[in-house]
Amino acid sequence: MSTQNQQFDIHHVSLSELRKEESTSIFENVSFGFFVYLMTDLVLFASLFAVYAVLHKNTAGGPAGYQIFNLNTVLVETLLLLTSSFTTGLTILSLKTKTKKNVYINLFITFLLGLSFLVIELNEFSHLVSIGDSWRVSGFLSSFFTLVGTHGLHISIGLIWMIILAYRLHKTGFGRANIRRFTIFSLFWHFLDVIWIFIFTVVYLMGVTRL
Amino acid sequence: MKTNVYQASNHPTGQFKNYLIGYFVSILLTLSSFFIVTNHVLTLNTAVYVISLLAIGQFIIQIVFFLHLFNERSPRYRLLVFLLMLSIVLILVIGSIWIMTNLSSNMSIPKQIQYMNNQGGGF
Repeated sequence: MSTQNQQFDIHHVSLSELRKEESTSIFENVSFGFFVYLMTDLVLFASLFAVYAVLHKNTAGGPAGYQIFNLNTVLVETLLLLTSSFTTGLTILSLKTKTKKNVYINLFITFLLGLSFLVIELNEFSHLVSIGDSWRVSGFLSSFFTLVGTHGLHISIGLIWMIILAYRLHKTGFGRANIRRFTIFSLFWHFLDVIWIFIFTVVYLMGVTRL
Repeated sequence: MKTNVYQASNHPTGQFKNYLIGYFVSILLTLSSFFIVTNHVLTLNTAVYVISLLAIGQFIIQIVFFLHLFNERSPRYRLLVFLLMLSIVLILVIGSIWIMTNLSSNMSIPKQIQYMNNQGGGF
């Protein structure tokens, strides 16, 4: 009798463990799939970096990097994006402790930081176009606008995504699906900050040193 | 047992500390590469090497403290995919720069004229 009970217990525990394992593995599969997507996005950015590296000296009579870049603005952009990456991490942490108010606050701060980054970048672009240095001028400017613009496009998609996340959280609360959405989003946003490190260094800092 | 260990490494306060460390080190690296360039601390070539190293350092810091790539459990598929993509990225970028620099130094118009003259032809 006792052995039977024991067997039943073991069976019971292993079954629930199995279910738990199964559900976590499904969750990890989804975020793994998104991670693989991010890695292919990395290849997209790498090819744009390669294009920039090849073309950045072909100014064709137009301006070179050191004539049009304003490093102070770029430093502000960098710090904004870095801070927003940090607050995304805080959003995930408050999601884990299930404090809804903190999730909203952190997500809102992230949104504002991302938005101000985008506004500064678009300002820079429109200024360049207005003084006649658009992407039509030279190979350097074409590759510059393509590389930095693709990053900015990702940022704007992330901003729309944040609005959807806030809406989903308001609607359905701390469900499994929402935790998955937030986790995937945080991967995306951290990834964009990682890409920006290299744009900051390769395009702006090295552009100013005239290499 | 296994789940306990996993939960311990994912404890919120520990993670908050991780994010904070990553944030401050990243700011420090960003500011130092910025000051190296704006204040002309180093000669041009050294400055380029140093800011590249600082960028790579920040890349590693963010991958460890923000993307948590290295506290994955045993079948480390993410790390594998990451390393594969990193090698593709390096081949793509270094290969493009290498080939195109070669092309532009060997296929410029003056060099082509010189080559044709050496062949005894000309235009």
